[in-house]
Amino acid sequence: MATEPETPVAALAAEPAVPSLVDRYFTRWYKADVKGKPCEDHCILQHSNRICVITLAGSHPVLQSGKAIKSISYQISTNCSRLQNKVSGKFKRGAQFLTELAPLCKIYCSDGEEYTIYSCVRGRLMEVNENILHKPSILQEKPSTEGYIAVVLPKFEESKSITEGLLTQKQYEEVMVKRINATTATS
Amino acid sequence: MDNLSQNGEGKTSIIEDGSIASKNSNLNVCNVCLGILQNFCEKEFIKKVCQKVEASGFEFTNLVLSISFPPQLSVREHAAWLLVKQEMGKQSLSLGRNDIVQLKEAYKWIIHPLFSEELGVPIDGKSLFEVSVVFAHPETVEDCHFLRVICPDCFKPAKNKKSVFTRMAVMKALNKIKEEDFCKQFPCPPNSPKAVCSVVEIECAHGAVFVAGRYNKYSRNLPQTPWIIDGERKLDSSVEELISDHLLTVFKAESFNFSSSGREDVDVRTLGNGRPFAIELVNPHRVHFTSQEIKELQQKINNSSNKIQVRDLQLVTREAIGHMKEGEEEKTKTYSALIWTNKAIQRKDIEFLDDIKDLKIDQKTPLRVLHRRPLAVRTRIIHSMETHYVDEHHFRLYLKTQAGTYIKEFVHGDFGRTKPNICSLMDVTADILELDVESVDVDWPPALDD
Repeated sequence: MATEPETPVAALAAEPAVPSLVDRYFTRWYKADVKGKPCEDHCILQHSNRICVITLAGSHPVLQSGKAIKSISYQISTNCSRLQNKVSGKFKRGAQFLTELAPLCKIYCSDGEEYTIYSCVRGRLMEVNENILHKPSILQEKPSTEGYIAVVLPKFEESKSITEGLLTQKQYEEVMVKRINATTATS
Repeated sequence: MDNLSQNGEGKTSIIEDGSIASKNSNLNVCNVCLGILQNFCEKEFIKKVCQKVEASGFEFTNLVLSISFPPQLSVREHAAWLLVKQEMGKQSLSLGRNDIVQLKEAYKWIIHPLFSEELGVPIDGKSLFEVSVVFAHPETVEDCHFLRVICPDCFKPAKNKKSVFTRMAVMKALNKIKEEDFCKQFPCPPNSPKAVCSVVEIECAHGAVFVAGRYNKYSRNLPQTPWIIDGERKLDSSVEELISDHLLTVFKAESFNFSSSGREDVDVRTLGNGRPFAIELVNPHRVHFTSQEIKELQQKINNSSNKIQVRDLQLVTREAIGHMKEGEEEKTKTYSALIWTNKAIQRKDIEFLDDIKDLKIDQKTPLRVLHRRPLAVRTRIIHSMETHYVDEHHFRLYLKTQAGTYIKEFVHGDFGRTKPNICSLMDVTADILELDVESVDVDWPPALDD
């Protein structure tokens, strides 16, 4: 939102210069090759109020062209479905507690590949995105907004430390460059 | 029985530590009233108390006198009554508890007119100005302890390390305890104390007064309440401070509590008639103002800042606050939003929004407040909308909505967690650049002619 009411409307055009909702309120953090799986990169959007939205990074295999999603499931084990997560009250009691490598969902693709998406941050699970269950294409069309995976609330004391194991935007871009160089070198 | 009606000639004076007590050791201190009726009914004592009241700087036209006796006095009074009842019984006369004048009542009969005369104002039980006088008698504090042995359930563990023998608890136990048990534990008549009671506290306090009005907010950089994180102020001032600081000074109040009929974000302006607010001024020393003086106060506030303006400033009662909070939940609000779209749009692309009436939307708790609000889905109604085309990527949207609707989230969709939203309705990516509150449809406080 403009903080100066005098900013002329004409100056705000449709170029990428307009900060998006994510740009305005969130910091992007990344985890590359999650659980050792190559290129399975996650992007964590951390709001200024410490809430984290777990999304897929643009480099994730699921978001590459040609990939079609067959279905998504939040049943991560026989006894645990992220859909059963129930949160109540201001202090969010009853939420499933997540560690960095806690699985959030499984994505099944038409080419037979199966991908697990992980939390990457410690905290209470607020919700998983049910919209992508009904329409998986949203995940690929709008991975940073409507196609989010889950919302996690870290503990207040840990709100700064949770990003210690994660990459900044700049560091992530460097990792991407290295990856491309490595691929071109071997090809 | 002799001690019960003894009248002594005590002298009251202020000792170094400020407590008022008797220095006359020749006096036989009454074993029931502990010297209160003997020493603390004199003009000299009243004068000393009134001096303190006058020095406290409160403005008042009446007052309520709150007298606090040491709890053990109730025990002695109880003993005296049992004794008198017994004596009456011997003469075949019955005596109810209410046939005896309570010590406190008698004391008030004596001193109320004296206070009233000295201060020049009437004593009125409904007065907001309270003078409280607290008596204590450390020597006999243990008089009450036997009650805890006999009626332990009357004495619940005290909070804050204060004594568990409060007057209420002692009265409860005295009502419960059987006459025989009482007389076994406590001497009837009570034994004579060595020292007289002393006054340990004289305090003045004024009940809160309420000022209401409506405020406009013209800044996009002003929070409602002070924004302080880890002791560091993040933004200069706040709506409540800009209004209340002046009131605090003029009313000479200790502190304030600001509330309003809803509130807006830091970056949102409040236009139109403004938003109703009410400020509770705690322990005000000055409370009488003419409507002219209040008008001048309003002018003063308005002259001191261009970020906010107030109107309809007036004194109101505590009950009136209910009207304001009712507005928060029930009444409609109108807004105007400047919206940006990623896709180029033409006038015809937004016209359909003008025809949508009473649109139901489901809003999950927005992510930006989810850290301090419960996770829930709220259904709200967008009553009507009006669009004004600006250019290919911008238009203004005027909306009239149910109270409690999150407008920003209705525009950008909040990750699809508000459905439907402007993005889904128009099939674009939209964001909100500016938001203004155009009106808060609550007709309180009453509008004043300025």
